[in-house]
Amino acid sequence: MSKIVLSLERCKGCHLCVSVCPTKALTPSGELGEKGYETVRVDEEKCVQCGSCYRMCPDYVIEIL
Amino acid sequence: MKCSVPNGVNTSAHIGWCPGCGHGIIARLVAEAAQALGIEDRIIMVEDVACGEFAQNVLQFNSIGAAHGRPIITAAGAKRVRPDAIVIAHPGDGSAYSIGMESTIHCALRNENILALVVNNSVFGMTGGQMSPTSLPNMKTTSSPHGRDVTKNGNIFDAMKVLSQLDIAYLARGSVESPAQVIKTGKMIQKALEKQMNNEGFCLVEVLSPCPTNWNLTPQEALEFMKEQEKYFQLGEFVDKGGK
Amino acid sequence: MAKVLMKGNEAFAEACIRAGCRFFSGYPITPQTEILEYMSWRMEEVGGQFVQTESEVAGINMLFGAACCGARALTTSAGPGFSLKQEGISYLCGNDIPAVIADVMRIGSGLGDIFQGQGDYWQLTRGGGHGDYRTIVLAPASVQENADLAYLSFDLAEKYRHPVLVGSDAAIGQMVEPVELPEMREYDMNSHDWAIAPRKQGEEQKVIWNTYYTIGADTYMDYLKDKYRTIEENEQRWESVQTEDAEIVLVAYGISSRVSKAAVKQARAKGIKLGLIRPITLWPFPKKAFEQLGSQVKGFLCVEMSILGQMCDDVILATGNKHPVESYGEFANVPSEEVILEKVQQMLKQD
Repeated sequence: MSKIVLSLERCKGCHLCVSVCPTKALTPSGELGEKGYETVRVDEEKCVQCGSCYRMCPDYVIEIL
Repeated sequence: MKCSVPNGVNTSAHIGWCPGCGHGIIARLVAEAAQALGIEDRIIMVEDVACGEFAQNVLQFNSIGAAHGRPIITAAGAKRVRPDAIVIAHPGDGSAYSIGMESTIHCALRNENILALVVNNSVFGMTGGQMSPTSLPNMKTTSSPHGRDVTKNGNIFDAMKVLSQLDIAYLARGSVESPAQVIKTGKMIQKALEKQMNNEGFCLVEVLSPCPTNWNLTPQEALEFMKEQEKYFQLGEFVDKGGK
Repeated sequence: MAKVLMKGNEAFAEACIRAGCRFFSGYPITPQTEILEYMSWRMEEVGGQFVQTESEVAGINMLFGAACCGARALTTSAGPGFSLKQEGISYLCGNDIPAVIADVMRIGSGLGDIFQGQGDYWQLTRGGGHGDYRTIVLAPASVQENADLAYLSFDLAEKYRHPVLVGSDAAIGQMVEPVELPEMREYDMNSHDWAIAPRKQGEEQKVIWNTYYTIGADTYMDYLKDKYRTIEENEQRWESVQTEDAEIVLVAYGISSRVSKAAVKQARAKGIKLGLIRPITLWPFPKKAFEQLGSQVKGFLCVEMSILGQMCDDVILATGNKHPVESYGEFANVPSEEVILEKVQQMLKQD
């Protein structure tokens, strides 16, 4: 079973992943990451590992492993 | 679906692009295509002096930093003497269609066996969002503050209309506006690299890319604006020749 | 090897081929065009790459790509075209990339004209493009030297990882003289570890960009000063003619040095103690030649095809302005022996 993995230290808070997530599993986290941007959080229950977020993330934060 | 960052991307490098910039996605597509074709060691990236040059940090391929506007002609020079290399020029729209236009056309006319991967965000990004040849009509930029007036500033340049008239190997335009378009664009890049491996000749893949910073939009709004961009810049494959 | 009769430009081109040059990109412009034409067929014979590019700007930037990959690469131009090369020459310097660029000088600014000229001296020796750089500049005065210096230029470029300019002129490029061509030698494109190529297994990533990105701004300052100091120390080249007892010393290079040499002969026949320093490197300027002069020297006369007497600056710098430095500059005509002798006699009278 694959699983979404976030490397939030690279997140710049663009939230393109949030915009394209078909199940709304990704949402803004309300917390600032290492770079000072608002990161994202994932609801693994809702995540269907479709990879849309991986494809849109410009900072290589998201992988489906 | 398993999705892991390709080997060619150095995730511990400084990723210099602004939040929501499409460059990072496009760089990853290059690395994915190289990995799929097993040609990572053969790649020579030729970077521009522009936002695209941050790829020199991110992509772990051999690379040359060319002068602004010169990646395509510099790439052609590299390929001529290193025919075993897979050479990718990585200019932006200002570089390829404004200052570097003569070499974009003439490298196509000579059918230089390289890939010109042109990132089109409709502005000069690194200098702060000035009008480029691909800025949309009425688009406000820092050098067209009242909107681009095509009667004064000229019409926008559509590379597909011009270059499709020439005898080249491959011509396509993709976009990173949605996951589906990202997948299609990745296939275009991979196809172009395969053509170079088969010595088929000049390939140009233009990729529409968001520039939230200089469009004065949020990353989400920038994705919406890309639908406007796509009204002027049709997506798809325009030249797809068979092997020589 | 037997001597052959050749045009200066063609001897230059052939010597480049024999030095292992296998890449040429350039654009036609008089009086350089024979180099381009020669390369168009000769490169094909030796399996090299010849590209007639869309402009001089394209020519130098295409050369940049080839040179970054380790090829011995050449581009040539003249006058207005040489101005367009400056962008790329600056990039070659900023990135520490060797290459050879020839400027077959013609007269004038703007269009000027296609006759021999030496008005590009400042552009050649001061770093004609943007930024903080200079390049080695070789100035041939005969067809033989055009060939010899072409051969040398690639070695110097690679020794210092720096572009080398060859500043000839329309007369040297167009004249036909007997020349003994250097031997053909092999050059291995992979002989430099910095050269970009497909990676061998396990080899680390190679990136060519601003050298200062790699080594940091502070280190770069020292690195660059050291590089230029080393070149200045090692590479001064000149010919001295009868300077041992000379009271007046002519300073002339290229075409002007040929008439100057004849003027020395005439002067000596008349009992005038005239000598000549002929810079072969315009940069580094051969200061050492001036250091060797005796105390009998009363003055210098720069003979050049430049209205403004561009080389005088360097002679003044080399001599500490201890003696008068006069200028005899011509524009459309090659300097004349008679005028040289008149000026020399005037200088001796004033003393």
